[in-house]
Amino acid sequence: MTTTNPATMSAERFALETRNMHIYYSAFRAVKDVSFGVERNKITALIGPSGCGKSTVLRSFNRMNDLVPGARVEGDVLFRGQNLYAPDVDAVQVRRRIGMVFQKPNPFPKSIYDNIAFGPKINGWKGNKGEMDELVERSLRGASLWDDVKDKLQQSGLSLSGGQQQRLCIARALAVEPEIILMDEPCSALDPISTLRIEELMFELRQHYTIVIVTHNMQQAARASDYTAFFLMDADRAGQLVEYDHTEQIFQNPKDSRTEQYISGRFG
Amino acid sequence: MADQARVGVVERTVPLTDANTRMIDLRKRPRIGESLIQIILFICGFISIFTTLGIVFVLGRESLLFFAHPEVSLVEFVTKTVWQPAIDEFGILPLVNATLMTSLIAMLVAVPLGLGAAIYLSEYASERARSILKPLLEILAGVPTVVYGYFALTFVTPLLRNAFGKDVVQIYNVASAGIVVGILIMPLIATLSEDALSSVPSALRQAAFGLGATKFETAVQVVVPAALSGVIAACIVAMSRAIGETMVVALAAGASPNFTFNPFLPAETMTGHIARISGGDLSYGSIDYDSIFAIGLVLFFITLILNILSRWIVNRFREVYD
Ligand SMILES: Nc1ncnc2c1ncn2[C@@H]1O[C@H](COP(=O)(O)OP(=O)(O)OP(=O)(O)O)[C@@H](O)[C@H]1O
Ligand SMILES: [Mg+2]
Repeated sequence: MTTTNPATMSAERFALETRNMHIYYSAFRAVKDVSFGVERNKITALIGPSGCGKSTVLRSFNRMNDLVPGARVEGDVLFRGQNLYAPDVDAVQVRRRIGMVFQKPNPFPKSIYDNIAFGPKINGWKGNKGEMDELVERSLRGASLWDDVKDKLQQSGLSLSGGQQQRLCIARALAVEPEIILMDEPCSALDPISTLRIEELMFELRQHYTIVIVTHNMQQAARASDYTAFFLMDADRAGQLVEYDHTEQIFQNPKDSRTEQYISGRFG
Repeated sequence: MADQARVGVVERTVPLTDANTRMIDLRKRPRIGESLIQIILFICGFISIFTTLGIVFVLGRESLLFFAHPEVSLVEFVTKTVWQPAIDEFGILPLVNATLMTSLIAMLVAVPLGLGAAIYLSEYASERARSILKPLLEILAGVPTVVYGYFALTFVTPLLRNAFGKDVVQIYNVASAGIVVGILIMPLIATLSEDALSSVPSALRQAAFGLGATKFETAVQVVVPAALSGVIAACIVAMSRAIGETMVVALAAGASPNFTFNPFLPAETMTGHIARISGGDLSYGSIDYDSIFAIGLVLFFITLILNILSRWIVNRFREVYD
C-alpha cells in the first residue's frame, strides 16, 4: 500500500505526516507501512473495523504508545518538519503540542477549575490568578461548556454529565493551546445530543486546530470530517491504510472495493 | 425498540398453548444456606466489636481501681510531669510525651520513605523490579521487633553518637528508637499506599500524560491526590502501630520516665513502661499493677482520637475518582 494522498505533498500543508510507518507491540506488527498526511485545520477521520490499528496510529501521533511496554514505531512521523521519533525528541514536549481526548471521559477527580488549570500549570505557566481565570473561561468557552458550569467551577469535574465531562476533557486539552487535537472515539460513551454538540464543537475548533478523530460511527465520519482514512487488517492482522481521500469521495465514490464494502456495511 | 417489536411478533404468531399460560411459581423460597451464612458473618462482625468493647471494659474497670487509691488523683494524673511510683508521683505526661515523640520521629522517617517506595513501585518500577522488591518489603515487615530493638541499640545509636557527639547523645535515647520504629513501619506504609496508588484508574494517568505531564508530575499531582484516602489510611495504620510499638522503645529509649523534648535523652514511652513494670514481680491489686491499666486506657484513647481525626481529614480532602 502506498500513499493515496488527495493532492501534492507539501510539508507546509500537512500538520502531521507519516512516512512508511510501522508500529509493533513487541513482536506483533499492529500497523504496517502507513504513509499519509493530515491536513492542517481540517478534521480527519480514521475509520475501519475493530482491531485494525486506528487507536494505535492515533496514539503514535503524540507518542502515547511510549507508555505501552514493548510498543515500537518505525518509519517517520513528521510534525513541523521534525520526526517525532528522532532520538532527541522529548515525548513530553510533543504531547504538550499535540493533545488527546480519550474514548471514556476521564476528568481528574479535582474541581472543574483545577481540571483546566492542570495542563498550563505543569507546562510552566507563569501568570497571576486573574489571567488563569481568563484562561479557564476561554478554554471552557472554547469547548462550549462555559454556560453549563460558570456557576460551579469549584465543583468536582466528576459531578458533570458524561457529555459535559467529555467537553471538560476537550476544554482541558485546549487550555495548553496545542496545535493538533487527537480524539479516540470521543462520542462512543455519549448520547446522540451530546454527540452532536461535540461534532459542532469540532467544526468550531477547526478554525484554530487540526483534528484527528477515530470513530466507529460511519454517519459521524461522513458528516463531521473533511478527510477520511480507511484502515483494514491484512492476513497477518497488521493494519494497513487502504484509502485516504476527501470524506465525500470516500463515502460517495470510493476507489477501493474494500472501502465500498466497509462503508456500505457489508463487512468489518 | 427492536426487542419489543420482536416480542410482539412472537405473541401473535405462537398460539396460546398450555405451556404459555400455566402459572409460574414466583413465590419466595427458603434459602437455608443463605441465612446461615448471613448469621455466621454477623457473628464474625459481632465478635470483633465485642472484643473491643470487652477490652475497653476491662481497662476502664481496672483504671477505676487505680484512681480509687488515695495517693492518686485524676487531675494530677493528666497534668503532672513526674512519673515516680516509688514516691507516689503519677503524672502520665512524661510517658505520653515520649510516646508521641518516638511516633513523630518514626512518622518523619516512615512517611517520606514509605510513600516514596510506594510511588516508585506503582509508577516507575518495571514488572521485574516490582516482583523482587515487594516480597523484600514484606520480609522487612516480618522481622521480629526485638531484632529491630538491638539494631537500634547497636547500630543506630552508635551512628547518632558519632555524628552528634557522645556527650550530646545518650546511650539510651528517643531519636534512635524513633528512627528504628520508623524503619519498622515503613513497609506498612509502602505496601498499603502502593495498593492505593495502583488502584487509581490508568485513564487518569493517560489524561495527565496527554497534557504533557512528566511521570513525576503525574504521580505527585494526579495519582497521589486521587489515592489520598488510601494513603492517609496507610499512615493511620502505621501511626497506630508506632504508638503501640513496645520492644524497640523498651530496648533503645531507656527506662527513665523523663519529661523532655530533647530526642537525644532517654525517656520511657507508655508501652515501654508497661512492659518494664509488668516484667518485674507485680502483686495483684498493687498500685503499680493498677497503673498499667490506666496507662493502657490513655493509650487506647490516643489511638482512638487519632483515628477519628484522620477519618475526618480523609473525608474532607479526598478526591473520589469513581
Ligand atoms: N497495549 C497493547 N499491547 C499489545 N497489543 C495491542 C495493544 N494495544 C493494541 N494492541 C493490538 O494492536 C492491534 C490494533 O489495536 P488498536 O487498539 O489500535 O485497534 P483499533 O482499530 O483502535 O480497534 P477498536 O476499533 O476496537 O478500538 C490489535 O490487534 C490489538 O490487539
Ligand atoms: Mg481503538
